[in-house]
Amino acid sequence: MDRRLQLVNLIRQVAKKDITPAADESLFDSGLLDSFALPDLVSLIEQKFAIKIPDSDLNPRKFDSVERIEEYLDSRG
Amino acid sequence: MGYIRAFGRYLPERVVTSEEVASWVRTDAAWIRNVSGIEERRFAADGESVTSMGVAAAKDCLASSGLDAASIGLVLVSSGSAERQFPGPASEIAAQLGCGDAPAIDLPVASAGGLFGMVLASRLTTTMGRILVVAAEKMSAVVQREPLERGVAILFGDGAGACLIDPEMGDARIVESALHSDGSYASDLALEFGKPLAMNGRSVIMQASRKIPSVIQEVLAKASLSATEIPAFLMHQANQNLIDRVAQALGVPATKFYSNIRRYGNTSSASLLIAACEWWRESGFPQGQPVVFSAFGAGFHWGALLARGC
Repeated sequence: MDRRLQLVNLIRQVAKKDITPAADESLFDSGLLDSFALPDLVSLIEQKFAIKIPDSDLNPRKFDSVERIEEYLDSRG
Repeated sequence: MGYIRAFGRYLPERVVTSEEVASWVRTDAAWIRNVSGIEERRFAADGESVTSMGVAAAKDCLASSGLDAASIGLVLVSSGSAERQFPGPASEIAAQLGCGDAPAIDLPVASAGGLFGMVLASRLTTTMGRILVVAAEKMSAVVQREPLERGVAILFGDGAGACLIDPEMGDARIVESALHSDGSYASDLALEFGKPLAMNGRSVIMQASRKIPSVIQEVLAKASLSATEIPAFLMHQANQNLIDRVAQALGVPATKFYSNIRRYGNTSSASLLIAACEWWRESGFPQGQPVVFSAFGAGFHWGALLARGC
């Protein structure tokens, strides 16, 4: 499955809503997710992409939009 | 490592409902309850201070212990909302209690200060004797600074808690503890002189959601225990949603985490000791059973302490 679609599915799972955020849309400022959804989203990303995200990478801006999450995953190689 | 001998608490009389707070920041009480679990909090009267509330909680603790203030070897006072830059409230609290010339040290550690005081006391008690830990906060003076910020104004309340650590006897023996700090997040939760509280809520929640379960697991591993073996957890009362998520991360029911945030809001460093006091008076330490204390806050500072009922 396309990685972007996988991310959107994870966001839908956390939001418990059938939403389709634009790639550059802020997930939090737009109200799609609340602050407490952020740790849940990070946990799901770790599981789906089989990575461990260290606490030092837990900058909310890195997970603020689909594009930014993609950039972060790219940075992890 | 010492013993937990008694707890004490003080809450101001004035109840401020979430309906009242909602009217200040143009939101509704249902939203406040949903994002925090808070229905009401206490605000200090004009004449009440961090020092006066700390003294009241400390007297309550000493009364519960049956001990005299003159028997205290060290006073540790935590507050992130003290009215003065220096001296902090510790020396005045000790003087008003009648602790003689026992040293009194301030810990300006918001949120996690009560836990830091307990851990430091547990490690110093063998050389300093009985140690009175006090955590007192007048957060109403902070959250009402203009401009009011919705995410801050809804959370905080005033109050004080106290804990007496004894080198030889008590209701629970302190078994393990761990403290950590990471100053790279210092600006994410900060109070500059005369300015409103600055809080990056997402960063705080993200880090706390990871670091609290992690440090609890750290102290449990030292004692070869698992979270499911712990009958009670006492945690900094920051936000009910955070408490629930920590429970979930540890794989234990949220009901194992004592909570009074609904009634008092987040009283910063005082919250852990206020919660511990109410839990202790309601149920007491289960004989022979482990209990975990934990906190996280500005700094960031975080830690956990494991005690076993005697």
